[in-house]
Amino acid sequence: MLAYLIRRLWQMIPTLIGVVLLVFVLFKYFGSDPAVILAGQNATQAQIAAIRQQLGLDQPAWFQLWIFIKQIATFDWGKSWATNEAVSHLFATRMPATLTVMIPIVLLDTILAIPVALGVAYVRGSWTDRTLMVATTIALSISFLVYVIIGQYVFGFQLGWFPVQGWSDSTLTNLIVYCPLPVLLAVAVGISPQTRLYRTFFLDELSHDYVRTARAKGLSERSVLFKHVLRNAMIPILTNVGLALPGIFVGSFLIEFFFSIPGMGREVLLAVNRSDYPVIQASAVYLAMMTMLVNLATDLLYKVVDPRVVLK
Amino acid sequence: MSAVMNATAAEMNERSEGVWRAAWRRFKTDRVGLVSMGVVAIFLVMILLSATGVVARNFQQEVAVPNAPPSFLGARAAEKAAAAVAAPLTPNVDLSDIDPLAPRYAEWAEKAKQYHTTETVKATTLPLGADRLGRDVLSKAQKGTEISVFVGVLAALVATILGTLLGASAGFFGKKVDDFLEWLYNVFTAIPDILLIFAFAAVLGRGIGTVVLILGLTGWTSLYRQVRAEFIKHRQREYVRAAEAIGASSFSRMFRHILPNVSHVVLVRMSLMVVGFIKSEVILSYLGLGVPVDQVSWGTMLAESQAELILGYWWQLAAATVFMAVFVTAFSLMADAWRDALDTKLRGQE
Repeated sequence: MLAYLIRRLWQMIPTLIGVVLLVFVLFKYFGSDPAVILAGQNATQAQIAAIRQQLGLDQPAWFQLWIFIKQIATFDWGKSWATNEAVSHLFATRMPATLTVMIPIVLLDTILAIPVALGVAYVRGSWTDRTLMVATTIALSISFLVYVIIGQYVFGFQLGWFPVQGWSDSTLTNLIVYCPLPVLLAVAVGISPQTRLYRTFFLDELSHDYVRTARAKGLSERSVLFKHVLRNAMIPILTNVGLALPGIFVGSFLIEFFFSIPGMGREVLLAVNRSDYPVIQASAVYLAMMTMLVNLATDLLYKVVDPRVVLK
Repeated sequence: MSAVMNATAAEMNERSEGVWRAAWRRFKTDRVGLVSMGVVAIFLVMILLSATGVVARNFQQEVAVPNAPPSFLGARAAEKAAAAVAAPLTPNVDLSDIDPLAPRYAEWAEKAKQYHTTETVKATTLPLGADRLGRDVLSKAQKGTEISVFVGVLAALVATILGTLLGASAGFFGKKVDDFLEWLYNVFTAIPDILLIFAFAAVLGRGIGTVVLILGLTGWTSLYRQVRAEFIKHRQREYVRAAEAIGASSFSRMFRHILPNVSHVVLVRMSLMVVGFIKSEVILSYLGLGVPVDQVSWGTMLAESQAELILGYWWQLAAATVFMAVFVTAFSLMADAWRDALDTKLRGQE
């Protein structure tokens, strides 16, 4: 187990170097000159040169890369160019809001999709199954934007059940007052693809021989479905949830943007609009790390779900 | 004996039926696939008409009163209320003795006559209504379809070319090339998709060409994986070794011998990508990172319609949503049908 863990962590290093290189090359050779962005529109040549020197842009490329790696390793990204807020502080203060809204979304998505998918997989080919599949196809083809625009209009503006948008300092208020609408809409959108996907997983399992055996030896349907099929289908489902987990840390950009939730996603979007390079670079690198760690954690979870899995 | 031989011969004939012809035979039996292909064809005709300027050429012109409702709702009654403000009955007070500009009015009136403005009659209703500026929503939706589909297809083409080239190289050459490309793949998939798109958008700026490039450069990974797997499978097959024996170059073996045999995989994956890219374009345009303001796409229409909806003008939202939903549904059903027809092993999978 420990050997496996160490080997996996060791294998992450080349990928991580790649991510750092990609971000570095992208912003160094394809982006506009940071000194020009920072100096503003009425800058003199001397001012630009001064900023250039300050950022180390007059140094050779390998030295700049070294500065970049040092920033990553020391978690010291300096300050955001637009707001002068330390990037580390920005991460620390925006993360809680993102987690407050994203964790309920992922939980509800999974918890709701599993029984629905199991249900329709059980009655496959029936009228219910086909209607639901057509409905999810149509639901999938409507842009997420439309759900949010109409949801805000109907539930926030017309019916007044929820505030259209907003955020407060207290987590409890946020959860009770401001989260329900974004969570409701995101789950409404997310549940269609999840259900379709999980349905295929369950269908796969239902056609296996062990299901027939379980039925033949007289187990109740409930026991067949929940003890045997569900447990076996958990592996692909877990993979899928694992893939969605890194998304939690960015939050759904759109959700945070629409509902003015001061989280990471909105911050990154603002940074893109302001050409605020340090924020984008930092989030890309750290999120890549986070993704790899979460993937590793998912692989370890397999062992818990399925004792047959051998970690090599 | 002869019956057996006949059966084998028939089987041989069956087998020699080309992969495309066989796929078409299977596709023809899929009614949902056929209908959705018809819908997509209608959209393509509309896109062609709008691209050549037959329809929707004047989508930027203000042809109706602002927010004119759709024809089936009839003209708005509110217009009358605005006109009901009474004109003053008494004549204007004569200011000419103290007005310093008075001596030049006649001169200016003369000059003004040289220019003539044509007062076009603004329509009070349009088939699908008008937007905030009085532009025809139907024209905008047609033009928006053209741009959105164009971006989606072109981006899918870029991603397909990239993914096929890289996947083919990785699968065919193996060893160092494969290691390097696998590493590149890991790097691109390590960063969450949307963040990668944003990072590219921050660097490359705005515009239609940029959106195509961004989506293409970030979206090739899924295709790469599949093409690589196919090439690994095919490179040791007899026909490829035979080609090698008669002296076919690596390039020729990769793209003249193997690629036609895996092209159905590429096509299916590409059509699935089109749907994904159209959705991404809509979102990028909405966020102001995509199509510029002098163009129109489903995304910019949705962005405008948000403010209109609060005032009760729902038609632009409805038009953009319906156009997009119908096209995307038809296209994904068509892609599913293609997949079922072309790649029997994938049938029924997501």
